[in-house]
Amino acid sequence: MSDRSLSPTMLKLIRRLGPLALAAGVLVVSACSSSSGSFGAPPSPDPRIGLGAGLFDAEEAIWNLAWVSQSPPPESFVGSTNSDLAFLGDYAIQGNYNGVMFWDISDPARPTIAVEFVCPASQSDVSVYGNLLFVSGEGTSGRLDCGSEGVAEAVSHDRLRGIRIFDITDVQNPEYIANVQTCRGSHTHTVLKHPSDDDNVYIYVSGSSSVRPAEELEGCIAAGDDPSSALFRIEVIRVPLDSPEDAAIVSSPRIFQGLVEPESHGQAPGDIRMVEEARARGDFVSGVGEEARVMSRRFTQPQLLRIMRERGGTGSPTAADSAQLHEELPTLVEQLRGTPDDDVDPDAPRPGPTQCHDITVFPEIGLAAGACGGYGLLLDIRDPENPVRIDAVADANFSYWHSATFNNDGSKVLFTDEWGGGGGPKCRIDDPREWGADAIFTIENSSMVFHEYYKLSAPQTSVENCVAHNGSLIPIPGRDIMIQGWYQGGISLFDWTDPKNPHEIAFHDRGPVNAETQRPGGSWSVYWYNGVIVNSEISRGLDIFELTPSAHMSQNEIDAAKSVHLDYLNAQGQPLFVWPSSFALAGAYVDQLERSGALSENRIAMVRGALDDADGGSRSGLNDLASEVARWAGSSNDSAKVRMLADAVRDLAG
Amino acid sequence: MLLAPDEPRQQANRIEKRSRMKKRQTRWILPCTFALALTACASAQRSTGTSPGPEGRELERLEALFQARADSVTSNVSEADVEFMTGMISHHAQALVMSGLAPTHGASPQMRILTSRIINAQTDEIAFMQAWLRDRQRHVPEVEVDGLTLTIDGGPAPRMHGMLSDAQMQELAAARGVEWDRVFLTYMIQHHEGAVTMVSDLFATDGAANDDIAFKMASDIQVDQRTEIRRMKRMLEEIAGRPEGPSPQDRHPSP
Repeated sequence: MSDRSLSPTMLKLIRRLGPLALAAGVLVVSACSSSSGSFGAPPSPDPRIGLGAGLFDAEEAIWNLAWVSQSPPPESFVGSTNSDLAFLGDYAIQGNYNGVMFWDISDPARPTIAVEFVCPASQSDVSVYGNLLFVSGEGTSGRLDCGSEGVAEAVSHDRLRGIRIFDITDVQNPEYIANVQTCRGSHTHTVLKHPSDDDNVYIYVSGSSSVRPAEELEGCIAAGDDPSSALFRIEVIRVPLDSPEDAAIVSSPRIFQGLVEPESHGQAPGDIRMVEEARARGDFVSGVGEEARVMSRRFTQPQLLRIMRERGGTGSPTAADSAQLHEELPTLVEQLRGTPDDDVDPDAPRPGPTQCHDITVFPEIGLAAGACGGYGLLLDIRDPENPVRIDAVADANFSYWHSATFNNDGSKVLFTDEWGGGGGPKCRIDDPREWGADAIFTIENSSMVFHEYYKLSAPQTSVENCVAHNGSLIPIPGRDIMIQGWYQGGISLFDWTDPKNPHEIAFHDRGPVNAETQRPGGSWSVYWYNGVIVNSEISRGLDIFELTPSAHMSQNEIDAAKSVHLDYLNAQGQPLFVWPSSFALAGAYVDQLERSGALSENRIAMVRGALDDADGGSRSGLNDLASEVARWAGSSNDSAKVRMLADAVRDLAG
Repeated sequence: MLLAPDEPRQQANRIEKRSRMKKRQTRWILPCTFALALTACASAQRSTGTSPGPEGRELERLEALFQARADSVTSNVSEADVEFMTGMISHHAQALVMSGLAPTHGASPQMRILTSRIINAQTDEIAFMQAWLRDRQRHVPEVEVDGLTLTIDGGPAPRMHGMLSDAQMQELAAARGVEWDRVFLTYMIQHHEGAVTMVSDLFATDGAANDDIAFKMASDIQVDQRTEIRRMKRMLEEIAGRPEGPSPQDRHPSP
């Protein structure tokens, strides 16, 4: 064990307590590092509760993850907000309100700073494509010349709000080659590489701040009732790859036009349970299915009394009166609802929300998910310049639709609600778990169907900003696993394969930055990239973790995830994961079938034995094994997974 | 309800005490036994010995730099930002008074969700803006809500954009049921539109919102309230033609 593996907290303790503690400390560390067995149940009590505060020496809790490294920000960026991440080759590119930094993570245990590029702008959302780097500027203090002095005037031609474009052919010397200014600046942006267009990339710009005055940028109109308003639209920039300096806005699609969906989607399992319990108790329930609502006594009691009086009764209503009310209920509710108001013109133009916060594109399936103010949108992006809305959902529990992640086969989408904008402590013990959470939908015939919410389970203090934020899928084959940042709530790894039962399987959390008052900090975004989990910590720098095997995740599953290699990653330009043939891939499916009990112990043992024999030995028997496994599919309760195993075995046979 | 400027600090002090206690326990356990440590690891690792990184001295230097930069940001303050935060505290406080009526005025379940969230969000934002002012050694407005009466620093609240007049507030207080929902939505849309105007005015002021925190706060208020205005307009349309409807039991009690 080297000194590098001692945390600052540990070092302080050693200084205070002397050699005795050092000896004990070594024991603690070696005990932990050797005890990597499987521990299924979540730790109880949750060790994230009550963690001590500190900027670089906060107490920490970690479960089913292991530290690889933590690196404080380089001097130019200390005290300034770290924002989003992009990846290119061996580099993790981290945005910061003061510019952009490139970390060389070729040795993830020792990241080194390759480039510190000071060029202030919030939020400095970053993306890459080829030799190009794109950076968002939204704040009013961003300057065209990258100066740090801000812009004092409310109207100024020195101001940059939009997209900065850098040529990073020579990573050590980024060349600032172009800007595309937009009316509301760029809060976030998304790079879309169309699978069949190798000449251009497209950038979807989401701006959520104020519209600039027309004197500063021609054509910017703030008035909502003007048909040319800069509100109610996104901007699409086309970047010609052979002349990126000619990047320009090519369309401003009004993807929100005519949105009429009400503030609701299907009921959460908790709601459905509540209705069922009410029915079982004999309470009055109006409507059926999604429409079912438990009726209040304030409504039912007077009705019962009326029915009793109508039959000439006195005293308390009887069971017969209740039965009568159950019968009359549908008609009564119908009468009470009345007819829609004639004054509301259903055909009147509805401009919809004013902006998206973020859009996640998944080019291989031709879809994008837009997190757009009060709505979650599903967009057809096969024509990149003209995205078309194909579905929209809203939710009374969702304050602000913030970002989205598809699962790998595009059959599900998860939206986040950044309730309070990320500055508020929305994970306190009494904050509702449906608020500031993720919402999970399946995509069925181009419609989004709601299933359940997922929210960080560990209550946080009132000095820790905490709400659902950015994350990415981890390429565990056959499962939907996501790692997600929750600001000062830390990072949470969860399984949403069953959309009705998302559950946490790993986490890391630090105590607050400051114990007395809320200071900026926490995970802005955390993404999986080529075998490691990289976390952009707002104040603490860059954290790198790796997965450790547990009851929830086997070594085969981790190895299969690590076998997926990406040349670059923009998390909002979601890549399709494709697993190369490997024994780990087949082993991962075997482990999953054993975990779920979808194959008998005998069959599991037989496949394992055959795979072990073939690994390093002769693969001649694998075709027969694949055929044998395929025959089991029909009798298994997870026939799809059994077929995936059969295919993986057949691929190994070559 | 009293939102005194130093309340978050008192609350934080309690947390601080608890974490210090935890730290003491940790120190005590450390020199203890191997067996104890192993048990701790078996569920989840906590707090010590596993996170690699630079040594303490380098981190102390960076922490000092962090603090110095934080101090430099807070000593360089735009008066327009101070005025905005001060005014927005009063503005938000009136939203608390309005929303606080929901449980006693027959609000529908959907309205109870909306008003609970407004109370939660704007209470937090008031605390955040108070802390922003406190960090910059500016006067921190003290907010007091007593029934329908809102006092700021012991006097009447200044009338910011979109805030309800006394007559409008009385009208809201007198309404019940669906009528309350309708009056609330009408006036909260007016109230939110006032906040959006305050942000637009701030951004139109020379030298304003160059402070990253002030820019983010103002932008978040604008975008959240624009989103909520749209939501409320839809809710208003929905109830426009509906007589006193059934009142399902509250499925989402206020936090």
